[in-house]
Amino acid sequence: MSHRSPHTPSTLVEADRVHRDAYLSEAVFEQEQRRFFAATWNFVAHASQVPHPGDYITLDLAGRPLLVVRQSDQSIQVFYNRCAHKGSKLYTNERGNAGRVLQCAYHAWSYRLDGKLMGIPLRQEYAESRLSQCPSGQGLTHVGATQVYRDFVFVRLDERGVDFEDYFGASLQWLDNMADRSPVGKLEVFGGVIRNVIRCNWKMYFENINDTVHPVSTHESAGKAAKAVWGQQSESTPMPISVEQMLPFASGYDFFTQLDAEVYPNGHSALAVKFSTHTGYAYPQDYLDALAQAHGKARAEDVLSRAPQNSVLFPSIAVKGAPLVMRVIRPLSVDRMLIEAWSFRALGAPDLLHERAMTYNRLVFSPMSIVAHDDIHLFESVQQGLKAEGNEWVSLHRGATGEAEAVSGTTPCKGTSEMLMRNQFQAWAKFMAETPEAT
Amino acid sequence: MTHRNPMMAAQQFVVDEARLLNEARYREWIALFAADGHYWVPMQGAQQPDPVKHVSLAYEDRILLATRVQRLQGLRAHSLEPGARSLHILQAPEAQPLEGIGWEVYTPFIYTEIRGALPTTLAGVWRHQLRAREQGFEIVLKRVDLLNATAPHEMIQLFP
Repeated sequence: MSHRSPHTPSTLVEADRVHRDAYLSEAVFEQEQRRFFAATWNFVAHASQVPHPGDYITLDLAGRPLLVVRQSDQSIQVFYNRCAHKGSKLYTNERGNAGRVLQCAYHAWSYRLDGKLMGIPLRQEYAESRLSQCPSGQGLTHVGATQVYRDFVFVRLDERGVDFEDYFGASLQWLDNMADRSPVGKLEVFGGVIRNVIRCNWKMYFENINDTVHPVSTHESAGKAAKAVWGQQSESTPMPISVEQMLPFASGYDFFTQLDAEVYPNGHSALAVKFSTHTGYAYPQDYLDALAQAHGKARAEDVLSRAPQNSVLFPSIAVKGAPLVMRVIRPLSVDRMLIEAWSFRALGAPDLLHERAMTYNRLVFSPMSIVAHDDIHLFESVQQGLKAEGNEWVSLHRGATGEAEAVSGTTPCKGTSEMLMRNQFQAWAKFMAETPEAT
Repeated sequence: MTHRNPMMAAQQFVVDEARLLNEARYREWIALFAADGHYWVPMQGAQQPDPVKHVSLAYEDRILLATRVQRLQGLRAHSLEPGARSLHILQAPEAQPLEGIGWEVYTPFIYTEIRGALPTTLAGVWRHQLRAREQGFEIVLKRVDLLNATAPHEMIQLFP
């Protein structure tokens, strides 16, 4: 559907509601791809995916092909995955090792791992050309800025803009919280990434990550089925991880209304900080001892006692520290998105933790998950339903006063408040409107 | 249909099983699984060595299968409105003896699932491990190796 919007980002987002064009308009989507995803910091890779010099990862970030390369000095650089010559992607595999030289398959232009142009066949034929004055003669193009935090690699496509630390603020503690579940403070991507395509706008998925009011009605069928089947088992049956992870979907409003949340500037948040469905996980004693030994007793207890339902580092990832799970959310088009479910191994931690991660992803985020099915059905239903006439607004009024909300540092709110989504949209409107020159 | 020849009986078992799925007779279908049986859709397709060290699209014991079927036949399963149905087109199954268990049956398939008007089509190979029981066989493992297992998928609600 090609839908022209008379709105600008600032008129699409009000203090307590969002205009449907934020989800439906092709023009808004184009601006979002071009500006919002260039001005914000987005996750691209985890350092454990590229352990050796020459290791690379390719990905698509908001319509741009990117190439993440481990350097000889162990640093990580991120380029556009585009040969300087005619634009071929340098690599089309998701991952691999390039050796010491990056080389294009088309005309064999070659680059050092740091992107500098090394070799061109028939170089003498360029002697009188203006190649060196053209970007094509300058080697690979870097993204605007790259930052590695606890092995999570982020980029800002714009050359100038908000600093990494200023952008994420207190939300970075949730990457620490996950990494510090390893006695050596290291995570490793492990066990495969599950991918789903959903026919909805990506922002809907991010809202739902912070939505504690939907499970009771959305996941009623999955929760009830899990409860009913588990109830038929004999009392002596030990509870498998799968049942332990499914039963919380049968929780009622009495559970969800007790949850707290924190919001941070620029759209980030943590939901269910004081307790969540992940807080009750049991850990082997030798792991607890190793963690206390490594980080000190106080830090170890703090890490394990804070197990948010989700922490969002807007607009690319949502992390579940306790089950060592991360979701990566990417836009594909105005009405199509990709969600990836990653699992981590915490180095030095028992296999049980990693097993929880993979089981959780399989049960809750797989394309075959009976939990995900109802979510996806409803997201796709919203994408269609918003085309209705009469009411052009999506309501985010729960817990709102109608006044603009000041979010600074760490701002607490109720876990059931739509302040979590309002905060995302305030950030969205802000970065949609930014121009490279203004920053 | 039952065969006296055990190899042909194992092959026929798989054909009959597909019919239960095609006709949405899920409770009868689960009853084909052994108490310790599993339905497994590896995420790396035929390349995946085991269901523990790598994530799977599905790896279901009797409890999880029963949960899935309970939901399929219960109320308030929103994603099943306006209904999901599936059809398996099988190549003739090939059975060979499997030491310690009974039979392994290899069956290439094409699978189509519809939700509302939307079709999803998947291709792959079923690999059954079957154990003889009093009446016929029971499924120890049904492994479903999808051709495009690692690709991003839209939702798959039934049983490829």
